[in-house]
Amino acid sequence: MENSIILNPEKITADLYPKKFGKAGKIWTVILIAVCAIGLFAYIRQLNKGLVVTNMRDYVSWGIYISNFVFFVAISLVGSLITAIFRLANVEWSTPLTRIAEIIAVSAIVFASIIIIVDMGRPERFMNLFIYGRLQSPIIWDVVVISTYFFISLLLLYLPLMPDLKILNQDPSKNSRFLNHLYRIGGSFWKGTKEQLKINNKAVTTLCIIIIPVAFCIHTVTSWLFATTYRPGWDSTNFGAYFVSGAFLVGAGGVITAMYVFRKAYHLDKYITDLHFEKMGRIVVMLALLYLYFNVNEYLVPAFKMKKPEEEHLKELFTGSFAPMFWFAILVGMIIPIFILIFKRGRRPLPMFIAGVMIMVGAWFKRYLIVTPTLLHPFLPMHDVPESYKHYFPSWEEWAIAAGSLAGALLIMTFFVRIYPIIPIHETINEKNEMAEKK
Amino acid sequence: MNNQNTSRRDFLLTGLMAGLAAGCSDKKDPFTAAAEQETVASGEKVKLLSVDGEVVEVDKAFLKPVPETQHIFNKEARRGIPGKKFVMVIDLSRCKNLKKCQQACNHMHHLPSGFNWLKIYPMQEASHTAPYWQPTLCMHCDNPPCVKVCPVDATFKREDGLVLIDNDRCIGCRFCMAACPYNSRVFNWGDPELPADIAAQKYSPETSVPQKKGTVGKCDFCPDMTRRGMLPHCVSACPNGVYFFGDMNEDTVTNGSETFRFSDLIRDKAGYRLMDDLGTKPSVYYLPPVNRNFPFEEGVKMEEEMQAEKNKSSK
Repeated sequence: MENSIILNPEKITADLYPKKFGKAGKIWTVILIAVCAIGLFAYIRQLNKGLVVTNMRDYVSWGIYISNFVFFVAISLVGSLITAIFRLANVEWSTPLTRIAEIIAVSAIVFASIIIIVDMGRPERFMNLFIYGRLQSPIIWDVVVISTYFFISLLLLYLPLMPDLKILNQDPSKNSRFLNHLYRIGGSFWKGTKEQLKINNKAVTTLCIIIIPVAFCIHTVTSWLFATTYRPGWDSTNFGAYFVSGAFLVGAGGVITAMYVFRKAYHLDKYITDLHFEKMGRIVVMLALLYLYFNVNEYLVPAFKMKKPEEEHLKELFTGSFAPMFWFAILVGMIIPIFILIFKRGRRPLPMFIAGVMIMVGAWFKRYLIVTPTLLHPFLPMHDVPESYKHYFPSWEEWAIAAGSLAGALLIMTFFVRIYPIIPIHETINEKNEMAEKK
Repeated sequence: MNNQNTSRRDFLLTGLMAGLAAGCSDKKDPFTAAAEQETVASGEKVKLLSVDGEVVEVDKAFLKPVPETQHIFNKEARRGIPGKKFVMVIDLSRCKNLKKCQQACNHMHHLPSGFNWLKIYPMQEASHTAPYWQPTLCMHCDNPPCVKVCPVDATFKREDGLVLIDNDRCIGCRFCMAACPYNSRVFNWGDPELPADIAAQKYSPETSVPQKKGTVGKCDFCPDMTRRGMLPHCVSACPNGVYFFGDMNEDTVTNGSETFRFSDLIRDKAGYRLMDDLGTKPSVYYLPPVNRNFPFEEGVKMEEEMQAEKNKSSK
């Protein structure tokens, strides 16, 4: 932190000002757009022909669309962790991370909503949810809490952005015409008076309090989509807590990955410091241990009893055809990251980045393992159906759409950092001033 | 008892009135005044037995057959047939996996090949217990997990006990399929490829025809048949009398040739329900496979023959 003292407001503004894409940035954007376009093409095929283009069938009636949906909802929870929980707990070092967390939350929740519409057999009847919605269905609960969470997250992204918009509005010559337009629409009314700051602060604090229960709701309700059924592997009272803890882990993994990428791409070493990695590393270890704890509960307790319907399911996971993926998800998604991050040397940026990627990949496959194997172990034997109904491997359309949705979420984040400062300028300046005053 | 009689009489009267109304004219719409005038009494009378047991005379010109399928409005289809509580009993000792029930069901509901609302499972409780064939269809549960989770009321529970699907409303989320422990729901992943005249029909939850892309289908207990006082297709198609169908309020079930008191049958033959411990309260009861009419192996042979035939025809 020593080098931060010499930073003056002009230097900070210059460092954190949104920058044009470099060559790597352009290539990255083009790749993402291409992946999105392929996904869109696959979706148009699906719209024309129906869900028959997927390899989902009557037994595996939910496939990677739904596991991808769960993944998105999970990762979006990090917005509430970093922004709200840290803010309410007065964690001062989290300032540069709040906007990263919040944009991850917003883009993930947007694509969670999109992917759930993709999974619908009749997307054109989406409005039926509002016309005929029945409150007793967990899907309606999900619609309510996810839209609530989306708007609160959007506000938590926007309100702290207002003072920065003033900074961006100061010199129109620095920005393109389009961006000036955007900044003016968003923040021309922001004068930065004491009154405005006070209201803004109060609003953010209120939202931070509200978002915590809402965040717990979105993932608990998502877990209930499974836990409210009778099926072995889903019929669990552990599911809400299990999902929420897993969500915080994958979200934190997402944040450390993004921290590393933004720091590298925009040379933000003075703002996202080694100290931030060090602290986030400790948090990730704690979250991974917590998730591991819930996994032990989720798998070992039923395995101790081996009830008949559970037995088949668990054996498939532990030693059967899903075993490689299962142990991959456990090892790579939890245990290896714990071993990396438990050591001080592991909490440096690069190993942290690797651990973050491992957590996210492990988490994606973990969601797949929660959704699909259960459906392949129905109560009654699989019989009187075509042979293809008894297995599941996603079709290329499903892979393309899933990849497209992931690329889409990354694209939102990419455009966001191009347009807005990813590290809050105003708050960073304020903090440095306060620190200087203390000295 | 009195109550039951009235409702039954009401039911018959409504049927008669509908018949008369429909018989008023050759024109499509019998409700216009002009339509009524056009029917001229022929003077030739026929004797009919009324529901009250009286013999009445009606002019022959007013007699027209009741149309095969009356249109049931969605609201009525969602309410159900008043005073009824449908129930099915499946006698496992009589089943040899002949699959006639399945064929009839698929044929009458115009299901594409590979789609079975009615499945016949080879079951074996434990490694040393004897295997048996178990026909399984929608259980029409009284505590239906599928109805609970449906976000748009596309699948619903009627007062006569049936669980039906309104596939003009279904959004295709497939939550009901995940919720149903009996896997009795089938999804139209692609276009069902129906003959044009079938596909053009207006969908009714009571006929479940036509099936539509992106929506869920399942066994409906054939309410279009029971409205006409007939048995569901699977019941009448089974040559071995496996299926008994009836009304719980009348405490009677029949397979077409034999009729039993439902409560006696269930008590004497130790009837049970599938996965009753889940609390779904199914409307389908099973009689255990004791003193079987056919050995299990016959069904296996049947299955193999059908498979071979299918392979041949697909080649």
